[in-house]
Amino acid sequence: MNTEVNFCGIKMKNPVTVASGTFGYGREYSQYIDLNQLGAVITKGTFLKPKKGNPPPRICEVPGGMLNSIGLQNPGIEYFAKYDLPWLKSFDTKIIVNAGGSTIEEYVELCRILNTLDIDGVELNLSCPNVCEGCMAFGTTYDGTKKITGEVRKVLKDKPLIVKLTPNVTNITTIAKAAEDGGADAVSAINTILGMKIDINTRKPVLANNTGGYSGPGIRTIGVRMVYQMSQVINIPILGLGGICNADDAIEYMLAGATAISIGSANFTDPETSIKTIHGIEQYMKNHNIEDINSIIGKVQMN
Amino acid sequence: MGIIRKCELLKKEMITNGIYKFSIKAPEIAKEVKPGQFLEIKVSDTGEPFLRRPISVYNAEKDIVEFIIQVKGKGTELLSKLDIGKEIDIIGPLGFGTFKIQNYKNVAIVGGGIGIYPLYQLTKELKGKSNLNVYLGFRNKELVTCEKEFEEIGLNKLVITTDDGSYKEKGFVTDFMKKDIEEHMVDMIFACGPLAMLKTVRKFAIEKNIPCQISLEERMGCGIGACLGCAVKVITENGFRYGHVCKEGPVFNAQDVDI
Repeated sequence: MNTEVNFCGIKMKNPVTVASGTFGYGREYSQYIDLNQLGAVITKGTFLKPKKGNPPPRICEVPGGMLNSIGLQNPGIEYFAKYDLPWLKSFDTKIIVNAGGSTIEEYVELCRILNTLDIDGVELNLSCPNVCEGCMAFGTTYDGTKKITGEVRKVLKDKPLIVKLTPNVTNITTIAKAAEDGGADAVSAINTILGMKIDINTRKPVLANNTGGYSGPGIRTIGVRMVYQMSQVINIPILGLGGICNADDAIEYMLAGATAISIGSANFTDPETSIKTIHGIEQYMKNHNIEDINSIIGKVQMN
Repeated sequence: MGIIRKCELLKKEMITNGIYKFSIKAPEIAKEVKPGQFLEIKVSDTGEPFLRRPISVYNAEKDIVEFIIQVKGKGTELLSKLDIGKEIDIIGPLGFGTFKIQNYKNVAIVGGGIGIYPLYQLTKELKGKSNLNVYLGFRNKELVTCEKEFEEIGLNKLVITTDDGSYKEKGFVTDFMKKDIEEHMVDMIFACGPLAMLKTVRKFAIEKNIPCQISLEERMGCGIGACLGCAVKVITENGFRYGHVCKEGPVFNAQDVDI
């Protein structure tokens, strides 16, 4: 039985990764699960310089999941390279760094550094809904996405480039095409959906930042639909995520067209979600006599 | 360190309207837990509500861990309906910032509402080491709980207040604590309760230059320091940084945080 997938040149022992922003740099969850079992760890969104993040409350539970507005709090690339990367390298898993920025220059400078680090890939965050400048501003237009992908591509010569897409657009396939046209090796989708929760007693939004990104099982059908639509338009592989809580959900995304998947906020409910998903996929393969997991990618049979 | 554990619910008791005391069989947690630490409790197997509930430990003895919850929403309501004998999925004990215990001569321990519960184990562990002056504030008579339990520890002083004067002293618990400290200095103040109360305690402690440890709460995601949800302003040389209640806390030196 083969569970190995080749995701844009990153050979992963299985298609299961952990989503950026839900897993820190792996240290906390390494107390609960064996990181060696994961296909890849995708790090917290990391910037050129440290970032403070947004004021609290940053989190709010809602039906089907939660809203967050962390605001990309991170220690900066220098700290990551010095302290977290050497530690992560002690595990037999692939390391994908989620890279953010406020300006094109920042993205480019960061990726110039990332190109020199001992990592397996870069996920370009063009889709965080929680910071005013940068990020999602680039990821909501064809021109913005293509431009920034192209500029980053010039300096990120030796690593696979994955562009993470926001669902907060009219047509995600246009943006996915822009990433492909800009030279991306893959896309990942979906990032969180912009939401708002109001406390009716105080008449104020619960989150200090007023709005936040919706994640959890409530967004899964939207993610699956978008992955399917993108798979019909682009020729580069897709990392599917959004609301995956178990192997069944992961298989759905793969049938829709994802080569690999990420577990995101389900890590919070159960730190073992990713490991259980890996075992569940193997069980599904046994039950359905599937020899190679690659054989199910994009094999949804539309009505 | 927190571990995911299945703990049998041994006993559940409504101690006043809407407030429940749980006893679970959790020998490892009982052995490890330090005053101020909390548990991340899974309240549903269906994924709804989505997140675990962070609940402070009230008491730990031998194999048994006790915690007390107030029913406030869907999660706590589900918890309150759990059947005896059921296994509860718990991560814990969590939080590296715990109440620090030394041989203080005199201490003031001040709690408000459901914030009194994390102070119980602390008070027990301070017994014999310090003169214990405990101040517990509640909104009204119906919400007064655990008075006897605190009393039985053997305190130098126990003041119970209600906001509306329906039981014992009328007024804010912090006013009674302040008045006593003006007369008899303490070496340490421990506090847990509503934000307004903690702000008052913190301001007073800083003014009087009294060391003070406060237990904070904030909306939490993972409970282990990965999601960075439960942010709190930690004062630094050049301003502040965001620390996290679940990992660096829940107990902080009052002087170190800006609340």
